[in-house]
Amino acid sequence: MNRVVITGSGTVNALGTDVSETLLSMQEGKCGIGPLKFRDVDRLSIKIGAQIKGYTETDYFNRQELVLYDRVTQFAILAARQAVNESGLIFGGELSENSGVLLGTAAGGMNTWEDNYRAVFESGKNRVHPFVVPKLMNNAATSHVSMEFNLKGPSFTVSTACASSNHAIGLAFQMVRSGMVDVMIAGGSEAMLTFGGVKAWEGLRVMSKDACRPFSDNRSGMVQGEGAGIFILEKYENAISRGANVLAEIVGFAMNSDASDIVVPSQHGASTAMIRALKDARMDINDVGYINAHGTGTRANDTTECAAITKVFGAHVKKLMVSSTKSMHGHLIGGTGAVELLACIMAIRDGIIAPTIGYEQKDTSCDIDVVPNIARNAKVKGVVSNAFAFGGMNAVLVMRPV
Amino acid sequence: MTVHDKVIKIIAEQGLLDVGDVSQTATLQDLGIDSLAVVESIFAIEEEFNINVPFNANLPENSDFDISSVSSIVKSVENLVAEQS
Repeated sequence: MNRVVITGSGTVNALGTDVSETLLSMQEGKCGIGPLKFRDVDRLSIKIGAQIKGYTETDYFNRQELVLYDRVTQFAILAARQAVNESGLIFGGELSENSGVLLGTAAGGMNTWEDNYRAVFESGKNRVHPFVVPKLMNNAATSHVSMEFNLKGPSFTVSTACASSNHAIGLAFQMVRSGMVDVMIAGGSEAMLTFGGVKAWEGLRVMSKDACRPFSDNRSGMVQGEGAGIFILEKYENAISRGANVLAEIVGFAMNSDASDIVVPSQHGASTAMIRALKDARMDINDVGYINAHGTGTRANDTTECAAITKVFGAHVKKLMVSSTKSMHGHLIGGTGAVELLACIMAIRDGIIAPTIGYEQKDTSCDIDVVPNIARNAKVKGVVSNAFAFGGMNAVLVMRPV
Repeated sequence: MTVHDKVIKIIAEQGLLDVGDVSQTATLQDLGIDSLAVVESIFAIEEEFNINVPFNANLPENSDFDISSVSSIVKSVENLVAEQS
């Protein structure tokens, strides 16, 4: 079994167009949520989201690329470039054959679906661009990252709603650990902030009209975000021998299924996933200092997650810091675990715990330290990242400093 | 059908019940209507009466739409129909 480390990271999200800007925003407790700006937004009852501000696709990609790159692919490529650059890896020869890409997304090329549905259904056009299929398919982002960096090993996309990124990173970790590959580029991307994407979420009646306030008694629901987070996972020995800068070590992963309800989370499923991930990591619960919560800001998630954490950690819960960074970058759905991993890296490497912003009132059913509103300096030995998806699919990662 | 009868029919359908089994004092929980079915019932009510129902599943008790019992739902719908038509 190989030890697995992260040697590169990249992101674009509402808090920043790279990792340092994003982490600085988290340290300052900045909120990336604001009024949504896109076509027909006036027909929505939910009009806020964490959109990437000032993003113009033509600043980054040429015409030939843009006919193939949906917004979700653009985000993945931009984040992957940063991650590969930070890792210092150059892919060629054997390394190229033994490296792959594994990304999560829930909605894939949603903008492409929407634009082309409008063209044929609303505008009555009988012809669409020839590249609609390769542009909207859920594996498009993964494929373009593999092509951009010449990665010829195993590559695929996972789609498990809000747990997609954690499943992708967890599986990539297992692939490097087992020796199946030398390097995996892993993470997730989502670009669901479209009229149809928000309209669909609106229907569930769990969205907030004003702010995302996880664990706060006056929480009013979740707020969608967009963007990508991408990481370079490689064997510890290789990273050390080439003198790479190690950001964190991934030591454990577990996934399971509630098998109970399509939207309502299960305390048993969540707590079992955490227990198994810690067992996989061979980490004592007392060594966990920080949990990046799923923390969607819905009543159903927050109360279930708090109960599950309390069950798993017992008396140690009093010493645990638990924060939901969704309060700042919104819920990136299939990309969320990847952006949240940045907060985990910041905790491990920099000793800074990202806050839960928007916290206003104590909820007695969530009696945990949610690092309210202000970032905190603290050294941690172990970090857990939770993702509990619709469909009851749970994926939990465990990390530590090297 | 009156507003009352239409609302009862929607609730009965969600609870897989006969209309006669939906009593005025029953809560949605009594009728076996879970959170997902509540959201679906509200959607059905909006479609049936062409109204917007202010309801957030995270703040049920803070919503203007009172779902604490069958009779409170009927009353809320009657008010919304009067306001919005």
